Amino acid sequence: MRTVIESQRNILDYALSGLMRRRGKTFSLILLYALVVFVLASIMFFTHAMRRESELLLSGAPELVVQRMIAGRHDPIPLEYGRGIATIRGVSRVQPRLWGYYYDSDIRANYTVQTTTDDSITRGTLAIGAGLARMRSLKKGDELSIWGYDGQPRTFQVATIFTVESDLLTTDLVLTHEADFRELFHFPMERATDLSVTVRNPREIPTVAARIAELYPDTRPITRQDILRTYAAVFDWRGGILIVMVSMALLAFVIFAWDRASGLSANEQREIGILKSIGWKTEEVLILKLWEGAIISLTAFLLGLIGGYIHVFLLSAPLFARVIKGWATLYPSFRLTPFIDYYQVAVLFVLSVFPYLLATVVPSWQAAIVDPDNAMRGSE
Amino acid sequence: MARPSTLYLSLLLLLGLLLLTLHAHSRCNLANDTRRLAQVARLATRFSLTDLALCTEARYSRHLSQADRHAAFQDHPGALEHFPSGSLLPPPDR
Repeated sequence: MRTVIESQRNILDYALSGLMRRRGKTFSLILLYALVVFVLASIMFFTHAMRRESELLLSGAPELVVQRMIAGRHDPIPLEYGRGIATIRGVSRVQPRLWGYYYDSDIRANYTVQTTTDDSITRGTLAIGAGLARMRSLKKGDELSIWGYDGQPRTFQVATIFTVESDLLTTDLVLTHEADFRELFHFPMERATDLSVTVRNPREIPTVAARIAELYPDTRPITRQDILRTYAAVFDWRGGILIVMVSMALLAFVIFAWDRASGLSANEQREIGILKSIGWKTEEVLILKLWEGAIISLTAFLLGLIGGYIHVFLLSAPLFARVIKGWATLYPSFRLTPFIDYYQVAVLFVLSVFPYLLATVVPSWQAAIVDPDNAMRGSE
Repeated sequence: MARPSTLYLSLLLLLGLLLLTLHAHSRCNLANDTRRLAQVARLATRFSLTDLALCTEARYSRHLSQADRHAAFQDHPGALEHFPSGSLLPPPDR
């Protein structure tokens, strides 16, 4: 056993000395290889963590939201629809939701303005997201002016600022009292933006949704499952789009690595010939090449994976933030929870390490089985 | 002078240990973060929030789950998408 380990270490020593002789090529290859693994690992970590995080955060979303549609577009829903929906068997509560958007031209940001029946918000006060407070340099007790429908500003006092931990849900949120919202936007009294419906037995939600659509054909019920599915699809799609964007660079690397690994140079062919002529067996030459491939691919994989983890979970994926942010000025400052799918890591390992090993070993095997004299002369 | 294999295996060991530390970091944070997320999820229930505030540039990217089915093109029929995040949204599946 000791002899086997010692002989393997000798081959490893030789492989490392060979790689160090062409250190420029070796290090540039490892760097490029690690960069590709880093990008793929970052996409994988980011999309998976975002999907899990959205699942957990939106598990508290309303069970059923009912919108009214006019000519295919969302329109305020009459409150009498809510009274009708409340009579459906299985419905325990119907809560009108009042919400909309406000564009703040000073900081060029969109706010989401929503009402709450919560006691903490009284008339003339607001609760705002941490992102908004940051952008407007607002503290608890400060005043915020919002322009109303009539072009006149209304001043509100900031009663609450949401914590940074909730930024992913509340960064642009402005919570107001219902009366203030209706007055500010001249919102009709007998209407709401949509209705939030609570169903006694969660298994009956699809049945209740179907019944609502039957009773009010001009409505669109959106279940919590629909909301969760939307986000799962978004992060799959975003991950896919990012992979498409990097696929050109990936393809270029694959061609480079394949060319580098599969095409043996005249020097390498001569080296194999010399090794064979001094008594190395074919399998020992193959093990040598396998070690060379493993050193490069394993080092690059580990560096790329570690880099991807640090980028996504410790630095909050600054490279992807711009993609998601678009032209928005208000962007949540969030730290992603390190949800890791180990199956994906295993797939990344197999896809990044094994093809390179294969590309290294096959041409070496072809060179190792020819006559040493021919190999040294560089001809078959 | 140490053998090259000793140096390389030490490097591998170091990277492996770093990976294990990151794994421990993820395990340690998971319990705390899951608790924190559950607390934030309660905010969603309390204030009836339906969407993540990830893309605040357009109404259909701010409230993805509440947007019209032809959300990205809702300004007028045949309107071209002009918000960067809109081009990254999937086509509606329902």
